[in-house]
Amino acid sequence: MKIVYTDVLVIGGGLAGLRTAIGVRQRGLDVLVLSLVPAKRSHSVAAQGGMQASLGSNAMGAGDNEDIHFQDTVRGSDWGADQRVARMFVNTAPKAIRELAAWGVPWSRVARGSREAVVNAQKITITEDDAAHGLITARDFGGTKKWRTCYTSDGTGHTMLYALGDQTIAHDIPVLERQEALALIHENGRCHGAVVRDLITGALTAYVAKATTIATGGYGRLYKVSTNAIICEGTGIALALETGVATLGNMEAVQFHPTAIITAGILTTEGCRGDGGVLRDKDGHRFMPDYEPEKKELASRDVVSRRMTEHMRKGKGVASRYGEHLWLDITGLGRAHIEKNLREVKDICEYFLGIDPVNEWIPVRPTQHYSMGGIRTDHTGQSPTLKGLFACGESACWDLHGFNRLGGNSVAETVVAGMIVSEFIADFCESEPDVAIGTGVVGAFLDREQAHLQALLDGTGGERASDLRNRMEAVMMDKVGIFRTGEELEAAVAELQGLLRRSRNISVRSRAPGPNPELIAAYRVQKMLKIALCVAQGALLRTESRGAHFREDFPQRNDRDWLKRTLATWEDPAGELPTIGYEALDVQAMELPPGFRGYGLRNHIDHPETPARLAEVEQILTDRPTVDRFARQAALMAYDELLPEIYRGRNERLTEKS
Amino acid sequence: MNSGNGVPNAGNGASGDVRRLQINILRYNPQDPDSRPQLQTFEVEEAPSMTLFVALNDIREHQDPSLQFDFVCRAGICGSCAMLINGRPGLACRTLTSALGARITLAPLPFFELIGDLSVNTGKWMRAMSERLEAWIHTEGTVDLQRLEARMEPELAEQIYELERCIECGCCLAACGTARMREDFVGAVGLNRVARLRLDPRDQRTDADYYDLIGDDDGVFGCMSLLGCQDVCPKDLDLQTQIAYMRRKMLRAALFPGR
Repeated sequence: MKIVYTDVLVIGGGLAGLRTAIGVRQRGLDVLVLSLVPAKRSHSVAAQGGMQASLGSNAMGAGDNEDIHFQDTVRGSDWGADQRVARMFVNTAPKAIRELAAWGVPWSRVARGSREAVVNAQKITITEDDAAHGLITARDFGGTKKWRTCYTSDGTGHTMLYALGDQTIAHDIPVLERQEALALIHENGRCHGAVVRDLITGALTAYVAKATTIATGGYGRLYKVSTNAIICEGTGIALALETGVATLGNMEAVQFHPTAIITAGILTTEGCRGDGGVLRDKDGHRFMPDYEPEKKELASRDVVSRRMTEHMRKGKGVASRYGEHLWLDITGLGRAHIEKNLREVKDICEYFLGIDPVNEWIPVRPTQHYSMGGIRTDHTGQSPTLKGLFACGESACWDLHGFNRLGGNSVAETVVAGMIVSEFIADFCESEPDVAIGTGVVGAFLDREQAHLQALLDGTGGERASDLRNRMEAVMMDKVGIFRTGEELEAAVAELQGLLRRSRNISVRSRAPGPNPELIAAYRVQKMLKIALCVAQGALLRTESRGAHFREDFPQRNDRDWLKRTLATWEDPAGELPTIGYEALDVQAMELPPGFRGYGLRNHIDHPETPARLAEVEQILTDRPTVDRFARQAALMAYDELLPEIYRGRNERLTEKS
Repeated sequence: MNSGNGVPNAGNGASGDVRRLQINILRYNPQDPDSRPQLQTFEVEEAPSMTLFVALNDIREHQDPSLQFDFVCRAGICGSCAMLINGRPGLACRTLTSALGARITLAPLPFFELIGDLSVNTGKWMRAMSERLEAWIHTEGTVDLQRLEARMEPELAEQIYELERCIECGCCLAACGTARMREDFVGAVGLNRVARLRLDPRDQRTDADYYDLIGDDDGVFGCMSLLGCQDVCPKDLDLQTQIAYMRRKMLRAALFPGR
């Protein structure tokens, strides 16, 4: 029996996991990172577009600050977010970007003087101030009032991940590559580490830790077509679910990105539209202004994806042998801009479509992109029900994004959460006595997992993982997608349950020593089906529309009955459905009470407490006509004491001292 | 404005004229004592817009579930899937089968430790290289995160990004003559990395420091300028120029220390 002991075990080597590891290491703790792949190949690398942080240095971002970023984020979430977490996030994002700058990310910079840009399909001239020259610049993204998305040409995620990867090495943090956690080790409501499979030798090892952190990204690969890397299968989230103790939050909140290329589902960045690209239909007509006169192509992603689907349903889609699509037109941006700031898009068009986007339109359609749901944690990143289990980044629901995430807020969240949560993990480890778990318990978990793998190899049921997987992906795509109905969701849940039953009768044919890809596929699909059921069942029960969750049979956002977070648990390993519960969001505590987002349908049912809270907010602001924005904010919703002390300070801007 | 012609047409010519691809794969599982290296041939019916990513997954799903290979992003971004495609290093995920003949030979990337079949351990090598070259920003002191960031000329940021675009796929080493003879050679990937750090004012090391890291035959003086690296780099990095430039700078650092 092989057991490895450490202070902090981090599962996942993307941006969130690496930043967490660096944070706890800086606090003097031992840490190990487990990663399915070499850390620099994690899905974080694919974030092309940028990272939101309200630096406000560029002309089109002038006047930006945490308040505006906060409001954009909460509106984007369709009021599903935890507003305290959103405040913690917007106050830390500028610090995160400045830390990354110090670690070597070559952020694109403000260049003094005038230049031409395309905004709303018009050429305009933007003049940058002398005083801003050389500071980090930003581009426009959907759902934001200011140009706030900082970027590195079109390789933002790549440069961020490489900077953090290098810092991980500089901090002498071991990243154990090709390691897959199969189960969490836990006892009496306390997590003690994980059973881990080596994807080179196939051997199992127990990693025992004071604190275990899951940072394994989202569950996009439940869907047939997703922009996600193929490793984003939600199996890290399933580790938490399968404890039967930890809860998952808002799993039905799944985002579809408006512009992935057809067939491969590869993303073309929101920067295409942020930089001035437009959407056109089969007649070449630019249709988004017809639906969204104010934000047009730059409404939030859930809204644009729905409008595109709506437009295609009216027969305005372009037919192709791969199904219908629309056009993304960036030809107006010019060769120089595309080859510098959207080069990755150009590469993708050339390699996968055989077209040049400088001259030709790109065939796109909405495609699964982001998982707002994840392991439910409090604002410290810790599971409220399984002590010692932490989660951050896309795999977590602490809950920054509510029911829709804004573009540029995901990579920002990864590093911000890593900074914040690592401090709380370190506090936790310092306050905890040494590892108090018997080797007998650890051995039992190891034996259980070994037996499980053996059962798959010995199985005589004859089911094949790939068949179940293909069917699951199709069900999720067809019945748990952009537009949802009760009837389809019921059918989806029933079919997924059938697939789950069948997954208990998988027979792995291959006996190849080592990782055995067929065995991998078998144990993963079992986990994925449970996650898929959490998504589908949560969607079925939520009889309203909010953010990315849209019910055609319940098209209104219903704050009266549904201003609450979905919680899923899976107590019985042999069960066929998650247990779904809810926790209410407290309107009385909101800095920004629920209202109209400013885009999408203006059609919601108020929460009974909303008018009172609105009046209260109004009164608080009227009573303080002279105080600064920080004091006003603190009066509305204090959050400062929730942040680790080192991240509480104010952020300097050209127009604002720290 | 034309309406574009973006529908993928990288296919098989006229319909009804579907090619049957013969894909020869070099198989070997080091974990299996009974395994011997051998070429195995699989037949796959070509589909429109088929990439090697699609073809290999098709083989694994329908013909041989034990086949090992690595894909992560499947979009040419992450560098996982480099392999020898008809003898030439390249990214399998963005290689369309239509660009190849009907007989395709795939082999694992040479130089790196073999995991099995087409899977090699580039990650382990890259980590060791980064440790050896101390390939991170070396800065004295701490940065106050509440204050404005240090300024940088916009053009300089772009130049650094140009060199930062390397995805550590390993193609350059697989195509490198020196790497065949010197197993400790840091390769174009390592030399480009040092060039990138040297360009960055946030890295406060001097040429003398860099000389200590790459001023030998396992570093910049090992390169024989065969430039296979440049020929195969999937990101079209100008490796030739970077290596030549670093060689000049390192020579200078050696000949005129302290200047």
